[in-house]
Amino acid sequence: MKRFIQVIALSIFFMASQTANAALNIFACEPEWGALAQELGGDKVTVFSATNALQDVHHIEAKPSLVAQLRKADLLVCTGSELEIGWLPVLLRQAGNEKVLAGKPANFEAAHYVHMLEVPTRLDRADGDVHPGGNPHIQTDPRNIGKVAEALAQRLAEADAANATFYQGRYKDFDQRWQNAIKRWQAEAAPLKGVAIVVQHKGFPYLEDWLGLKEVATLEPKPGVEPTSAHLVEVLAQLQRQPAKMVIRAAYNSDRPSQWLSERAKIPSVELPFTVGGSERAKDLFSLFDDTIQRLLEANK
Amino acid sequence: MTNKLMARAIALAFLLPAAAQANDSDEMEKLRGELQEMKKTYESRIQSLESRLNQTETIANGADKKADDAAVQASAKPTSSNAFNPDISLILTGTLANRSQDSHYHITGFQAGGGIGPGSRGFSLGESELGVYANVDDKFYGGLNLALAPDNTIGVEEAFIQTTSLPGALTVKAGRFFSSIGYLNEQHAHTWDFVDNPLAYQAFLGNQFGDDGVQLKWLAPTDLFVELGAELGRGRIADTAGRDKNGGSAGSVFAHVGGDVGASSSWRAGLSYLTASTENRQSNDLDAADANVINSFTGNSKVWIADAVWKWAPNGNASNTSVKLQGEYLHRNEDGSLNTDNYSASQDGWYVQGVYKFLPYWRTGLRYDQLNSGSVNYGANTANLVNTDYDPSRISWMLDYNPSEFSRVRLQLSQDKSRQEATDNQVFIQYQMSLGAHGAHKY
Repeated sequence: MKRFIQVIALSIFFMASQTANAALNIFACEPEWGALAQELGGDKVTVFSATNALQDVHHIEAKPSLVAQLRKADLLVCTGSELEIGWLPVLLRQAGNEKVLAGKPANFEAAHYVHMLEVPTRLDRADGDVHPGGNPHIQTDPRNIGKVAEALAQRLAEADAANATFYQGRYKDFDQRWQNAIKRWQAEAAPLKGVAIVVQHKGFPYLEDWLGLKEVATLEPKPGVEPTSAHLVEVLAQLQRQPAKMVIRAAYNSDRPSQWLSERAKIPSVELPFTVGGSERAKDLFSLFDDTIQRLLEANK
Repeated sequence: MTNKLMARAIALAFLLPAAAQANDSDEMEKLRGELQEMKKTYESRIQSLESRLNQTETIANGADKKADDAAVQASAKPTSSNAFNPDISLILTGTLANRSQDSHYHITGFQAGGGIGPGSRGFSLGESELGVYANVDDKFYGGLNLALAPDNTIGVEEAFIQTTSLPGALTVKAGRFFSSIGYLNEQHAHTWDFVDNPLAYQAFLGNQFGDDGVQLKWLAPTDLFVELGAELGRGRIADTAGRDKNGGSAGSVFAHVGGDVGASSSWRAGLSYLTASTENRQSNDLDAADANVINSFTGNSKVWIADAVWKWAPNGNASNTSVKLQGEYLHRNEDGSLNTDNYSASQDGWYVQGVYKFLPYWRTGLRYDQLNSGSVNYGANTANLVNTDYDPSRISWMLDYNPSEFSRVRLQLSQDKSRQEATDNQVFIQYQMSLGAHGAHKY
C-alpha cells in the first residue's frame, strides 16, 4: 500500500512538474492572432487556432473540441468587438477555465488596441450584422497588427513572467521586420491609391483605410446578409455610373455573387486570403500581405 | 549637433571680415576675446533653444499618443448608464397547426405524463420565452428563463446560478435548470430542429426534464472532450411537483465525449442515467371501453439514454452547406403503482434525424421516431387497461427558412402514429424569432 501511494505521489509530482515546464497554451480565436502569437512566443508557446481561413468567424459551432482546448488555455487571444459573440461565450461557460474569462488578464482582445472604424451610431438588427464596437475585421491593416503585437508581447510577458525578456526580444525583432515590410508594401501598393472597388462583405475598411482604396459598393445588401439578385442588379446599375476596378471578397465567402458581377461589369473578381491560411501563399503574416498586395496589383493592371 | 556646427559657422562667417579689417594686435586680441564671448553666448542660447525644442517635441508626441489612446478607448468601450444591466433576450413563437385527429393525445401503451403532444389545432401562440442572464460577480453567473404560455400563465423554465471560478474545471449549478442528460434535453425549444420533441422524450421524460436541484460538472484536461456530471433534485419530472421530503428524489449521472474529424466534421456522444422517485404522475390513456381516462403513477422510474450527434460542413464553414445527424436511444424501467394497483414496465424508444442545409438560409430535415411497447404489467388494472404490443411511431419532414440567426419560419409535415386507433396527419407552420441580446447556441 505504501509503495502504491509512493508511486501515485511520484506520478502526480511528475505530471505537475511537466505542466510547470510546458509551454504557454494559447487559444487563438482567429488564425491571424495564432500566427502573431507564434511570431512573438516562438518555442515558448503552443498555439491552437480555433478557426481557419475558410470559415466565417461570425458563425462558428461551439464544438466539443473547442471546449476541450479552451479548458487548458493559459491565454486567449481574440479579435473582440463582438466578432465571436455567437460562440465564444458558450465555450467560456462550458470550459470552466477561470483564467481566460472576459475581463481577466489572460483574455486578450485585439480590438482594444487599435482605432476602430465604422462604429455604428445606430444599433438596430434591421441594419444587419452590426458590431456595436465597430467593424471587427482589423487584421486587414498591417499597422493594426503592429499595434496589437506590442500589446500582445506585453500580455505574454505578464502571463509568463519567467520568459518576459524573451518575448520582448522577439517583439523587437518582429516589429523591426514588420515596420520594414509595411514600408515595402506601401511602396508597392502606391498605384492602388484612390482605386474604386466593390466588396462582397464589409470586411475591408481597414485595408481601404491603409491603401487609400475607395469602396463604392457592397454585394451584401446589409452586413452579414447574403447578396440577393435584386441587390446585385442594383450594384451593376450603379457601376455604370460609378465604375470600379475590381470586386473583392474574402477566401471564406462564396464566389458566386462576385463572379456574377465580375462577368457582367467586366471587372476582375479578386479573392483575398483575408487571414493566414486563406491562400496557398499566405502561410504567415508576412506572406499574407505579400499575397494580398500582389493580388490587388494584378487586378489593377 | 549639426545645428551647433551650423550656428558656429554662420557666426564666424559674419565676424571674420570684421576681424580682418582690424590690424592692430591689441584690437585683434580684443576682437578675439569678443569673438570668444559671442561664441559662448550663441552656443548657450542655441543649446537652450535645442532643449526647448526637444521638450516641445516630447510633449507633442505625448499628446499624439494620448489622443490615439483616447480614440482607441472611445471606440472600444461604449458606455451607458445601463451598462450593468443583464443580457435580456425574448423568444417569440407562433404556430398554425392542421391535424387530421382531435387533441385527446396519448401514446398507446405508454404512461407518459407531462405537457406532451402536438398541441391544439388552428392558430396558437407558442411559448414566449423571456431570458435574463448575467454574471453575478466574479464567482457566479446566473439567469432566469420565463415561459409565458398562451393561456396567460407564467412558468419558470430555468432559474439558476452557476459557479464560474472553481478550480480544476469544476462547475456547480443550482436552482431550476434543464438536466444535462441526453443531447436534446438541455436545448431550449427555440433551438430544436423540429416543431416538437422526439416521441421517446415525450414518453419517458415528459417532453423535457427540468428539475430543482444541483449539478456538478467536470471537464477532463484532455484534447478529447470528456465531460462528466451528476445531478440531484426534487424530481419534478413530467409536470409532477417533485417530492416533499428531505434530500433528493431524483438523481442522474452523465458522460459526454466529443471531438473533431478533420476540419469538416465534429461529433459528440453521451451516456446518461436518470432515476426518479415519482409521485402522482398523470398520464392520458384510453381504457378498454375506449374512454379517455387519466392514470396516476407513483413509484420508481429509471431511464438510460445513449445519444450521438455528428455535424459536417465543408472546412467547417456552414454558411452554404451543412449536415447534422443525430440519434438517441432511451430505455425506461418503472416499478410502482398505477391508480393504486401494482404496475411495472420496461420499455424503450429511439429517434434518428438528419438536417441538411442546402442553400444559405434554407434547411430541410427528416426525422423518424419509434417506441417499443416492451413488457408492461398492469397488475389489477388489466380489467380496464389493455396490454398491447403496439409500437407507436412517427415520421416528420421539415423545411425551414432562416433569414438571419435571429429568425426562422418553418413548415413541418408529420405522420404521427402515437395512437393505435388514429393516425394523425399533421401540418405545422411555425415562426421563431429572438430579440435582444445575441444568444450563443450550444453545440
